[in-house]
Amino acid sequence: MKPENITILIVDDDQDYLFQLQAKVRQFGFKTITADGQREAEHLIEKMKPDLAIVDLMMEKEDSGFILCYKIKKKYPDVPIIIATGVAAETGIAFDIHDESNRQWIKADRFLEKGIRSELLKEEIYKLLSITTK
Amino acid sequence: MSILKILVVDDEPGIRSGVTRILRNFRVDYPFMEEPIEFEVMEAPTGEAGITIIETNIPDILLLDNKLPGIQGIEVLEYIKKKKKDIIVVMITSYASLELAVKATSDGAYDFIPKPFTPQELKSSIENITKRVFLKKMTNKLQDAGKKIRFTFLSILSHELKAPLNAIEGYLKMTKERQLGPNLEDYDGIIDRSLDRIRGMRNLILDLLDLTRVESGKAKRNMADVDLLKVARTAIDTMRPYAIQREVDIELQGVSPLILPADEEEIEIIFNNLISNAIKYNKEGGTVACNIHKMEGCMIIQVEDSGIGMSQNDIEKIFDDFVRIKNEDTKNISGSGLGLSIVKKLVDNYSGKIEVTSAPGQGSTFKVIIPINQPCL
Repeated sequence: MKPENITILIVDDDQDYLFQLQAKVRQFGFKTITADGQREAEHLIEKMKPDLAIVDLMMEKEDSGFILCYKIKKKYPDVPIIIATGVAAETGIAFDIHDESNRQWIKADRFLEKGIRSELLKEEIYKLLSITTK
Repeated sequence: MSILKILVVDDEPGIRSGVTRILRNFRVDYPFMEEPIEFEVMEAPTGEAGITIIETNIPDILLLDNKLPGIQGIEVLEYIKKKKKDIIVVMITSYASLELAVKATSDGAYDFIPKPFTPQELKSSIENITKRVFLKKMTNKLQDAGKKIRFTFLSILSHELKAPLNAIEGYLKMTKERQLGPNLEDYDGIIDRSLDRIRGMRNLILDLLDLTRVESGKAKRNMADVDLLKVARTAIDTMRPYAIQREVDIELQGVSPLILPADEEEIEIIFNNLISNAIKYNKEGGTVACNIHKMEGCMIIQVEDSGIGMSQNDIEKIFDDFVRIKNEDTKNISGSGLGLSIVKKLVDNYSGKIEVTSAPGQGSTFKVIIPINQPCL
């Protein structure tokens, strides 16, 4: 499993966060492809399969991240997905909106807080990838 | 159909069965209550038995005799007060000395019905109490709803403030680590982005101040005869540089005098937000028409733009806090999402209303209607 052969999809509607996260993930040695929202991401996955996806929770809608996660898993069940959240702000609202029962269909592999240290992010990505590239 | 639980604690079986009989088919019904209230009566012959029921199946209302075989009624009252049970207590007693009345009242008893009481006396007291319980429940519900709205608002606000801070911090770290190389020019892009985000935060804070001003109540309003054309002209002049930048033409239509008794700052806020939106969401080379006229005792302020327009779905959301329409066309448009929410609150304060007509690709028209003669606040 060589990093340069891995493509990570990054989805966020904050253009600065997107730029910075892409730079970080490239620094880890991975290839990256970005989308600035749920809609663009949905177009992208029609044409390609990423090896891993990092998805923001709140984009066009409060639960865009969940919906996108569901759609990616439906098409590519073995692609690990990280949902990036602003913790208190987002989990406070989004989890309020959805019943506990609805969350059966949320298939994210990890929930990570936006702004976690680079080393931690790298670790999580490697963990998720080594699980799938067995 | 709502049911209130009543517990009657009295050592006389006749009293207990009497209360059960009287209240069994009793209904309390008021115009402002959605459904009539009925009663479920529980009985206890002693204070101790009463306390057991209070612990296991707490009643809403307690009818309490003082003279009981074991612990006295007043001690049951003390128990309820100590344990902070949410029960309305009515003392029913043959021995209603002033001393007892004072003690019981200070321990939280709500009412007294001296024995012997007629069915009507009992029903009157219960009816009174029921209204009070209902109002208390409604107040609690509203307070919870209010708390939830406040929590959601603060959550979103903290997100809206954290995001630009994280972005700017990220760019500064990149700079510190020279991630874009040794040449300073290569950092211009991220420096400009940082400045953009700072501008966004500043606008958000200014909007929050406007919002606080609107929500903090009607204190400090300077009511005067406001010349609407003058305020509109000032707002347009302020926006002129931005309009020129976007090549948007702004036209003001209206025939003097157009005077509205109002607080001038509030009217400024309304114009600033509507005109700023009309420019922001416009096409290059587009137009904004601001029209003010009087009709049937109302002032009409209409701002029409030739911009990107929005769907019916979007129209329903735009007056909510922090809502910005996010799609392909609005990607590069910045804003706090509070502008229209503020405008709506202000217009509501004037007993006015806002109407929006729009269609995707076909521009939008915002029409503010404010009655000229305000009822005295």
